[in-house]
Amino acid sequence: MSSKQELSDLVVQVRRDIVRMVHDVNSGHPGGSLGCTEFLVALYNEVMELKDGFDMDGIGEDLFFLSNGHISPVFYSVLARKGYFPVKELATFRKIDSRLQGHPTTHEGLPGIRIASGSLGQGMSVAIGAAEAKKLNKDSHLVFTLHGDGELQEGQNWEAIMYAGAKGVDNLISTVDYNGQQIDGSTDEVMNMGSLRDKFEAFGWEVLEVEEGNNLEAIISGLQLAKTNSGKGKPVCLLLHTSMGHGVDFMAGTHEWHGKAPNDEQLASALEQNPETLGDY
Amino acid sequence: MKKYTYTEKKDTRSGFGAGLAELGRTNDKVVALCADLTPSLKMGEFIKENPERFFQIGIAEANMMGIAAGLTIGGYIPFTGTFANFSTGRVYDQIRQSIAYSDKNVKICASHAGLTLGEDGATHQILEDIGLMKMLPGMTVINPCDYNQTKAATIAIAEHEGPVYLRFGRPSIPIFTPEDQKFEIGKAVMINEGKDVTIVATGHLVWEAIQAGEELEKLGIDAEIINIHTIKPLDEEAILKSVAKTGCVVTCEEHNYLGGLGESVARTLAANTPTPQEFVATMDTFGESGTPAQLMDKYGLNSKAIVEKVQKVMARK
Repeated sequence: MSSKQELSDLVVQVRRDIVRMVHDVNSGHPGGSLGCTEFLVALYNEVMELKDGFDMDGIGEDLFFLSNGHISPVFYSVLARKGYFPVKELATFRKIDSRLQGHPTTHEGLPGIRIASGSLGQGMSVAIGAAEAKKLNKDSHLVFTLHGDGELQEGQNWEAIMYAGAKGVDNLISTVDYNGQQIDGSTDEVMNMGSLRDKFEAFGWEVLEVEEGNNLEAIISGLQLAKTNSGKGKPVCLLLHTSMGHGVDFMAGTHEWHGKAPNDEQLASALEQNPETLGDY
Repeated sequence: MKKYTYTEKKDTRSGFGAGLAELGRTNDKVVALCADLTPSLKMGEFIKENPERFFQIGIAEANMMGIAAGLTIGGYIPFTGTFANFSTGRVYDQIRQSIAYSDKNVKICASHAGLTLGEDGATHQILEDIGLMKMLPGMTVINPCDYNQTKAATIAIAEHEGPVYLRFGRPSIPIFTPEDQKFEIGKAVMINEGKDVTIVATGHLVWEAIQAGEELEKLGIDAEIINIHTIKPLDEEAILKSVAKTGCVVTCEEHNYLGGLGESVARTLAANTPTPQEFVATMDTFGESGTPAQLMDKYGLNSKAIVEKVQKVMARK
């Protein structure tokens, strides 16, 4: 368990990592990464029960699957700063011969990663498999996932949502990054999905919402409530209302920075807004 | 020509079902998944004996591939079951990202491959699956020839670490391989030693190649017949050794000539010892409705077609 200040410092440092990594290679996805920074920091440092070190099977610990793999910068930074691999390795992001591929992969043997993601809509199915394996292994730990809201337009999600509801996969807690934005504009403009709460509930899920999805305390209590609701016959969905690009004023609340890197001046501004806390990589 | 006889005909999918049932008894890490086709895949025995290790996914193949990938995380060896079309083309990206690229130990078991699915027609008769699967890095591709070999292959792939595509079929065909023959992934099986032509066959076409060999013997042609049950990794050594002796080859498969066994053999020969080759395969076409025998005749996937291609390729030596 970390103090409130330690978590806040980590959030700021992860934000710095994200914009620096993306700027360095002039590619990557800062918007969604910044919007999910508090969530991943909270999940890995305050919510999940984790063993020391990393093994693929993850028996006896909670698991996390990132379905929207393009927010790899925040995932890598949080994993590195949790100790899965050296923080300095963040400097290799998206470069040749790196374990930190553009989208996360097991292929290069990066500790902390259990599945490749990037082609959207596949993570929940994988997480269900891992959750079923936990049940077979009589392992009472939980499986967490994160999905983009736009990502839910992929049909495979609804096969998975249907399965988890029908089969009572109640050791699964799936969070939706509900920022209302996708590449071509707002999710309402591109493909209005109506009420996600109603949809998940209709498929037999317990649905919780966190209105302040960039507030650490709100996220932690939301996730704790989700844990309390697990093991009761239903999978749990957490609708996390976030702001894309949160923490960098010119990136916040817009889809413009979904997959665009800041230039030198923009980087300087972003870093000024997020002063170094734990030391840059 | 070595004599091959049989006393019984069975479908290769039943070989899969029997192999899976045996695995259920011998390997508690083996789990099975199916997308609403358990009778077709002959999974009943496994399900009856191991209900807790069976996952009914419903008609949702993409989800099935993902769940299978996830089940490996925790140490299980998932066997997925559906028709070949829905095991490959329908879920290519799921296999590519969540299984192959993610190095997951999933066994994709595909029934009703090729034309011999019969009356359901082209929507269900995939003739492109070998190509799709062999192009994925790290994927092993196996197409056994009869009931016994399919059963043995099913058992063998559980011991192999890594993703496997196991392809089998619907119709009853002669059981001509020994019940106790060990299945070695990537190792060709010599059916008949000969000197005039090499016939390389996979799956249902192996029996047709044997029939062709008997016909060719009557014509004074001494055919070497090789059963390639593993298309990837290909037993290149066996093929090169054989063509060094015969100087020509006919490849036989129930699959499109583009992307199949024939192309893998052609690539091997081109890189090592360019050799005249003819293809018994479908020629870049979809299938259609009909009985399996009618379809195999119409599309030239039988012993008669093999004999013709042998004569053609020998004239090119």
